[in-house]
Amino acid sequence: MDASVIVFYVVSVLLVLTSLMVVFMRNVVHCALALVAALFLIAVLFLTLNAPMVGILQVLVYAGAIMVLFLFVIMFLNPTALEPRHRLWWGLGSLAALILAGGLAALMSNGESLADPVAANEAFGSPEMLAKSLFTDFVLPFEIASVLLLVAIVGAVVLAKREP
Amino acid sequence: MIVDIGIVAAKAFLVLFMVLNLAGILGWIERKGSALIQDRIGANRASIFGLAGMGLVNTLIADPLKFLTKEDFVPPQGDKFLHTLAPCMALFTALVTFAVIPFGDVLVLGERVINLQVANLNIGILYIFAIASLGVYGIVIGAWASNNKFSLLGGVRGSAQMISYEVAMGLSVIGILMIFGTLELQEIARGQGTLIRDMLPESAQFLKSTIGWLPAWGIFLQPLAFLLFFTAAVAETKRIPFDLPEGESELVAGYHVEYSGGKFLMFFAGEFAEIVTAAGLMTTLFFGGWQVPYLMRDGFHFPWGETVLLPHLGVVLLQVGAFTVKVVFFCWLQILLRWSVPRFRYDQVMRLGWKMLLPLALLNVVVTAIVIIAVQ
Repeated sequence: MDASVIVFYVVSVLLVLTSLMVVFMRNVVHCALALVAALFLIAVLFLTLNAPMVGILQVLVYAGAIMVLFLFVIMFLNPTALEPRHRLWWGLGSLAALILAGGLAALMSNGESLADPVAANEAFGSPEMLAKSLFTDFVLPFEIASVLLLVAIVGAVVLAKREP
Repeated sequence: MIVDIGIVAAKAFLVLFMVLNLAGILGWIERKGSALIQDRIGANRASIFGLAGMGLVNTLIADPLKFLTKEDFVPPQGDKFLHTLAPCMALFTALVTFAVIPFGDVLVLGERVINLQVANLNIGILYIFAIASLGVYGIVIGAWASNNKFSLLGGVRGSAQMISYEVAMGLSVIGILMIFGTLELQEIARGQGTLIRDMLPESAQFLKSTIGWLPAWGIFLQPLAFLLFFTAAVAETKRIPFDLPEGESELVAGYHVEYSGGKFLMFFAGEFAEIVTAAGLMTTLFFGGWQVPYLMRDGFHFPWGETVLLPHLGVVLLQVGAFTVKVVFFCWLQILLRWSVPRFRYDQVMRLGWKMLLPLALLNVVVTAIVIIAVQ
């Protein structure tokens, strides 16, 4: 077995564990920190798939910026413990999880062999390749996404500046 | 194979050793330096045999020993695991950043060509920003796990400040990345080995004859970016004038008020390691890294045509020496700044970050882009 395949399985198991911790931990700060760990492990997966740029951006944006803001809000509101879960939500959530699991099982059992979890091409995730595809083939979606972000920023400023 | 691993391990050990020791020495320099600035004697109990310099040995050995043998107190209502994790994260992120900073060009030993840099990532500068953004967790977690209102306030201030200044810091180096066309720090350092006259077009004869003899260091190409980067980097290290997360007069000691013993030492050493890393980044991005002006791989080539050839080992030693001198200089500059200016008010910190540094950094990117297109 290749070393990178072993890394993939180790990281995946840890990823599933931390994701379960996000759902089942009772302290909100612990949940948020487990989510940080999960996002970091996803970044490691990107690194093993020869996409260091995406991996580092994952750490930079999700683990380093968005989750800090999450923690920021949690610390401000300081909820000591979660309320007991409502039975209706519990049921609906279980149903959704079952449907997803069924779909995934159907996909996995269609007879095809599982793909190799390790990407083949080394140049695939380099900053040059990423920039080339972003600014040539996918320039329109890229610009639309940036306009969307700009709208969100302007909206946030307008909401924050609204007179009481 | 074994030799390759050995070389990487040796480089990693060397860099870690240098950064940690420089951090320790800075602790002493800060005491003696602040005394020098404020016209005091400072830390005079630590001299052995009447030699003031022995205080340095004392700071490097006696201080850590004392820290490590003190009681490690965890607040009873606090979170024990996170209280321990926080200083580890603060020190870890401060130490691993130096991995991508090159401290020399290549060292040729027989057949082997050793790149004097621990990890040569093609996304080096992004790696630094990613690790720096994880550094916030040391403060946030430590503040929350202490179960203390003062430390929580410090943590909230720290996270808001660090996220704000990360944006300005990231944008301020875009100009350098555009000029050298790479994210690799070793390539940026190599790119600064040319002269400005080699970068200018034929038509700019006046500029060529006046400033053409200068080496193409970042400071000459991007002076505004250096000021922005320096300010943002000082804010990231959370020292005066940006030490709002600690602010003794308001928050006792901010996010590490509930820390003692070895864990406090980790926060303390992490702060000094951050200073060293910031100095290393300033050197690499704006002051030529390991470059000595006019020193090529075989010796000096002065712009007036003179040539002094040097042996390879001499060149490498000069480069590593130059890098060390520059890093120490920027460490000293940060200490000088800490003891010379008063603390900002919190709204001033936020206004400076978002309303001055960020627009100036954006302007710098636009102007740099226009100039690059004009030069081509």
